[in-house]
Amino acid sequence: MKKDIILCGVGGQGILSIATIIGEAATKAGLNLKQAEVHGMSQRGGDVQSHLRLSTDPIYSDLIAQGSADLIISMEPMESLRYRPYLAKDGKVVTGSKPFVNIPNYPEEETLQAALAELPSLSMMDIDAVAKDAGNARGANMVLLGMAARHLQILGADELRDAIRTVFARKGEAVVEANLKAFQAGLGE
Amino acid sequence: MKKLLLGDEAIALGAIHAGLGGVYAYPGTPSTEITEFIQGDALARERGVHSRWCTNEKTAMEAALGMSYAGRRALVCMKHVGMNVAADAFVNSAITGVHGGLVVVAADDPSMHSSQNEQDSRFYAGFAMVPTLEPSNQQEAYDMMQSAFELSEALHEPVVLRIVTRLAHSRAAVEVHAPLDMQNLGICQERWVLLPGIARTRYAALVEKQAEMLAAAEASIYNKVEKGQGTLGIIACGIAYNYVKEAMGDGANVLKVSQYPLPEEAIRQLASENSSVIVMEDGQPVVEQQVKALLGAGYDVKGRLTGDLPRTGELTPDNVAKALGAGEKEIMAPSEVVAPRPPQLCQGCGHRDVYTALNQVLATYPDYRVFGDIGCYTLGALPPFKALASCVDMGASITMAKGAADAGFYPSVAIIGDSTFTHSGMTGLLDAVNDKSNITVVISDNLTTGMTGGQDSAGTSKYEAICVALGVEPEHVRVVVPLPKNMEEITRILKEEIDYPGVSVIIPRRECIQTAARKAREARKAKENA
Repeated sequence: MKKDIILCGVGGQGILSIATIIGEAATKAGLNLKQAEVHGMSQRGGDVQSHLRLSTDPIYSDLIAQGSADLIISMEPMESLRYRPYLAKDGKVVTGSKPFVNIPNYPEEETLQAALAELPSLSMMDIDAVAKDAGNARGANMVLLGMAARHLQILGADELRDAIRTVFARKGEAVVEANLKAFQAGLGE
Repeated sequence: MKKLLLGDEAIALGAIHAGLGGVYAYPGTPSTEITEFIQGDALARERGVHSRWCTNEKTAMEAALGMSYAGRRALVCMKHVGMNVAADAFVNSAITGVHGGLVVVAADDPSMHSSQNEQDSRFYAGFAMVPTLEPSNQQEAYDMMQSAFELSEALHEPVVLRIVTRLAHSRAAVEVHAPLDMQNLGICQERWVLLPGIARTRYAALVEKQAEMLAAAEASIYNKVEKGQGTLGIIACGIAYNYVKEAMGDGANVLKVSQYPLPEEAIRQLASENSSVIVMEDGQPVVEQQVKALLGAGYDVKGRLTGDLPRTGELTPDNVAKALGAGEKEIMAPSEVVAPRPPQLCQGCGHRDVYTALNQVLATYPDYRVFGDIGCYTLGALPPFKALASCVDMGASITMAKGAADAGFYPSVAIIGDSTFTHSGMTGLLDAVNDKSNITVVISDNLTTGMTGGQDSAGTSKYEAICVALGVEPEHVRVVVPLPKNMEEITRILKEEIDYPGVSVIIPRRECIQTAARKAREARKAKENA
């Protein structure tokens, strides 16, 4: 079994934390993993993406081939569309619904929604609002991880919860609990 | 034990575990994390492994050569264009030879994710006539550090470890071994004096060693042959091997090349067993050219030069699969509604206030040019500021402004960051002072090396003193605090100094908001823990 995942958003939105948690869970589960990140210039408010590959078999390429991503996990709606050529025919897209507008030519709401509706599969949520409701305004990325957990298959929700505990352990119990709550809100079970 | 490591981190840990004495480096994407990892590693700290940042790649290369002379294993890390800065020391270190193992990590950036060109460091290694190792994955990156130090000490030559962005910044599990003790061969008993008479002898010795380097590559465990079906031979260099395996599985005739000079015998063998050969290499067609020469004009060699692979940009699983005729897939078209989202200066960044002031003042002159430099503030070239006429290489802002002023152009303004100024700007400023050039130099000082993530800047707290010592008149070294509320003062001072017919330096100084926020977080944490 393999899962090819593209994580994306705008520099500073916290996609690397999502990658770290999935990475931690995957390593503990004994899966093979490769995760290509973007460092450097584009982290300054530009589009950022990470290719995350999980598999029970050895993985060669650090990058995902076009047409083969099983899942796109995006913090931001327009960014989820940027990687459309990577999506497999039966691939899923999970995205935050709130536009991050830091460019003058950001698409109109209607155009954006129409393009999103054309995707083969889409789950969308106002992750900022949900995180806030869950009492963790900075936990939008954990809400998104919860949404994505429904489609990950190769890793279960409990494995991800364990990873959240491990990754945030050094920040104290309160931070761990807040992130678990945000995760649960995204998972929605 | 397995650890999840970036390629850069695997190199760093591999070096520490190979008994490293010191790392010497200037930050540069995608190489920065190597030195940062060593700085944060408990064992390296306990052993007193040198890891402080250097002023530039040349000082780094030279200090590493000194550590090697003293008998310890030394590592130099830089991005590909850093090799240009270090080149004098690097090329000549092959003539002096080395004593303690010396490994030069060159991190190339095909597709220019964070760079101004895609030069291939394997040319430099060939030029200096020293071996190159090119890992295909994170495990090899770790393992190769020990091999590289051993090879360097066996040959008494520096060894280049060449990586590309996709390995540097990709994570995978790496099996690590117990660390070796720190190497100490004692001070070198030879003299490395490259007077012409001695250099001729040393150069002849280097030429003679080439056969030994070739034999090492032919026997290397990192170069291997895989037999499959068909009549196409694939030469897969470094990480290209991964893309080939991804596309072809175990079914192809592959020669994996991860140690240079090119294993000629293995390539002849591959060619004799197949009717054509395709060269897969990330970066420039270094190997393709050599293979063409090796096999002669009659043999069909494909690659980037023949158009089978794109001539520019990095390799991807897609362009490699296409070149191999593998994996035809239905691919969705890029979405038309997606707008480009270029990087930009952070909200609240001091560089923003500097550009606001500069644009405001310069708009009052009939014509003007601002010569830029390398760093976050290069983003001042983009909207909304569109302030820069140039950005070429580290330090070129001051010297290009000087050249334009020498040609009679006015006003000629340079903008350079604090770290870039100490890296390569000081010598240019001395030229300008000696020539009494009519230029205005803005050293936008954010107290850090910002673009690469906030590393220490070599000249912090010394800039006024440096400028005055280089001969800039003290009354024309002006310091301002770049904040919107100070705009009136900043624009007034800028105007005064642009109007002054000589060299003037303005230092807008305010801490990078990223490092300031990080320090505040750390302080808060320390307080909570106390």
